[in-house]
Amino acid sequence: MSPIVLKLVSQRIALGLMLLLAASALIFAGTQILPGDVAQSILGQSATPEALENLRRDLGLNEPALTRYFNWLSDALRGDLGTALTNGKDIADSMSGRLQNTLFLAASAAAVSVPLAIFLGLLAVQFRNRWPDKLISAVTLATISVPEFILGYVIMYVVAVKLRWLPSVSILRPGMDFGDKLEAIAMPVIVLTFVVLAHMMRMTRAAILNVMESAYIETAELKGLSAFQTIFRHAMPNAISPIVNVVMLNMAYLVVGVVVVEVVFVYPGMGQYLVDHVAKRDVPVVQASGLVFASVYIVLNTLADIIAILANPRLRHPK
Amino acid sequence: MMRIPTSALIGLILTSAFFLMALFAPWLAPYGVGEVVGDVWEPASWEFLFGTDGIGRDLLSRMIYGGRTTIFVASAATILSFTLGTTLALSAVVIGGWTDMLLSRFIDLIMSIPTLIFALVVLSVVPVTLPVLILVMGLLDTTRVYRLARAVAADVNVMDYVEAARLRGEGTRWIVFREILPNVLSPLVAELGMRFIFMVLFVSTLSFLGLGIQPPDADWGGIVKDNKEGLVYGVPAALLPAVAIASLAISVNLVADWVLSRTTSLKGGR
Repeated sequence: MSPIVLKLVSQRIALGLMLLLAASALIFAGTQILPGDVAQSILGQSATPEALENLRRDLGLNEPALTRYFNWLSDALRGDLGTALTNGKDIADSMSGRLQNTLFLAASAAAVSVPLAIFLGLLAVQFRNRWPDKLISAVTLATISVPEFILGYVIMYVVAVKLRWLPSVSILRPGMDFGDKLEAIAMPVIVLTFVVLAHMMRMTRAAILNVMESAYIETAELKGLSAFQTIFRHAMPNAISPIVNVVMLNMAYLVVGVVVVEVVFVYPGMGQYLVDHVAKRDVPVVQASGLVFASVYIVLNTLADIIAILANPRLRHPK
Repeated sequence: MMRIPTSALIGLILTSAFFLMALFAPWLAPYGVGEVVGDVWEPASWEFLFGTDGIGRDLLSRMIYGGRTTIFVASAATILSFTLGTTLALSAVVIGGWTDMLLSRFIDLIMSIPTLIFALVVLSVVPVTLPVLILVMGLLDTTRVYRLARAVAADVNVMDYVEAARLRGEGTRWIVFREILPNVLSPLVAELGMRFIFMVLFVSTLSFLGLGIQPPDADWGGIVKDNKEGLVYGVPAALLPAVAIASLAISVNLVADWVLSRTTSLKGGR
C-alpha cells in the first residue's frame, strides 16, 4: 500500500471517529433542546411534584448537562447503556438480541439486493433507451415515490392476504432453524430489496454510463469487441469503485429503512424497539438506540469512503 | 406562448388538482373528518365512494382532509428549509473563510446521523404538535438544501458580474440577494419539488409510526396506520394513501424534471 493511500485511509478513519463523538453529543443534545423540563414532558401536565422529583433524580437532571453527557458517554463506551425507564431492564441486555435480528434482516436484504441491482444496472446499460431500460426505470421510479411502509403493506396485501404464500407478520422464535428464519423474514426482505434496489440500480447505471462515454470504451468498440465484452473487460474494472461506493451507501440506508419495515411486519428488531420507546418517551432507551443506529450508519459510510480510496487506481501509483 | 411538454402539463394539472383539493377540503369532503357515519369497513358504495374506515368514518372525506394536512405540513416544512438553507448557504459562500468552514462542517455533522433517527430522538422529548413537527422536519431538511445551494452558489460567486459588484463596493446583502440569488434560483426550484416529495414521505412515515399528526386529525400516513388491521381481512382501505402519495410524487416529479431540463446549464453541484 502506498503512503498516500495509507495517509488518506487513516485520515478518513480519524474523521469517522470524530464524527462518532460529535454524533453522540448531538444525540444527547437532541433530547435536551426543550426549553422546559424533560421530566415534565415525559410525565405530562398532571404529574405530581414528587413523581417529577423522582424522575429528575433517576435521570440525573439535577446535575449540569455537560456532566451528564460525559457520564453517559463513558458508560456507553464501557457497554453500559443504562436502564429503561418504562420497565427498569438493562438496555444493553434487551438490545443485544434485537440488534442481531436487525442485522440478520439487513444482511439478508443486502445479499439479495446487491447482486440484483448490479445485474439490473448492467442490463439497463446494455439495452439503453430501449424497452428493458425504460421498464426498469419506470418500476424503480414508482418504488421511490412511495414510502417504505406503504410498499410494505402493498406487498403484504398481495403476497400474504391475496395469494397466501407467506405469513403476514415476521415472528422469530428462539428454537427456529435457519430455513424457518429465512421464511419468516422473506417478506420484509422483499420490501427492503425494493427500497434500496431503485437507488442502487439507478446509481450503478449512471456510474457505468459515465465510464461508457470515455475514449477507451470507444476504442474497444471500434476494434470490434462485442458489447458484453466491452462492458466486462473495459467498463467494469473502472466502474467498480463508484459501484462499491453506491452499494455501501445503500447498506447504510438499509439500516435506517429497517426501522419502518420492522414496524410494518412486527419484527422483533432494533427499529421496533426504538419506535415503541419514542412513543413511551423513554429517553434513555431512545438515546441508546439512536447512538447504535448512528454508529452503524457512520461506520458504513466511513467504510464506503475507504473502499472508494482503495479501489481508486489513480491513487495506487503516485507520480 | 411557451410550449409545455405533455408530461409536464399532466404533472402541472395533477399537482394543481392536489393543491386545490387541499385548499377547498371542507367544501369538497362529503362528511366531517371525525364523523362516524356508517358501519366498520363498509365497501365502496354511492353513499361512501371509497367505503368507510376501521371505526366507520367516510374514507373519501378522510383522504381529502388527510391530503390537506399532509400537503400543508410538507409545504410549510419545505418553505422553512428552503428559506433557511438558501440564506445560510448564500451567506456562507459570500462571507467565506471561517464562517463557511464552520457552517459546512456543522451541516456535515448533522447529515452524518440518519434524518429519521434524529427526528425520532427529538420527538421523544418534545410534545408532538403541528408547529413542532414542521419545525423539526424543516430544520433537518435544511441541511440538504444548504448542500445544494452552496454548491450552486459557489459556482456563481466567482462570476465576473459578482466580482464587479464587489469592486464597486456593494454590501453583502446586495451581493446575496441581487447578484447571486437570481442566478441560483432555477436549479433550486427544481430541487424544491424533490424536497417537497421527501417531506410528504417523511411526514407520512412519522404519522404511520404514531409520532406525526395526532388523531382525530387525518393525514395519509395516519390513514394507513388506522386501517392496517383491515388488510388481513382483505379490506384494502390502507392502500388508498399509497395511490394518493405515489400520484402526487410522480406529478411533482414531472414538473421538477421539466424545470430542471430548461436550466441544465446551471445544474451546479448535482
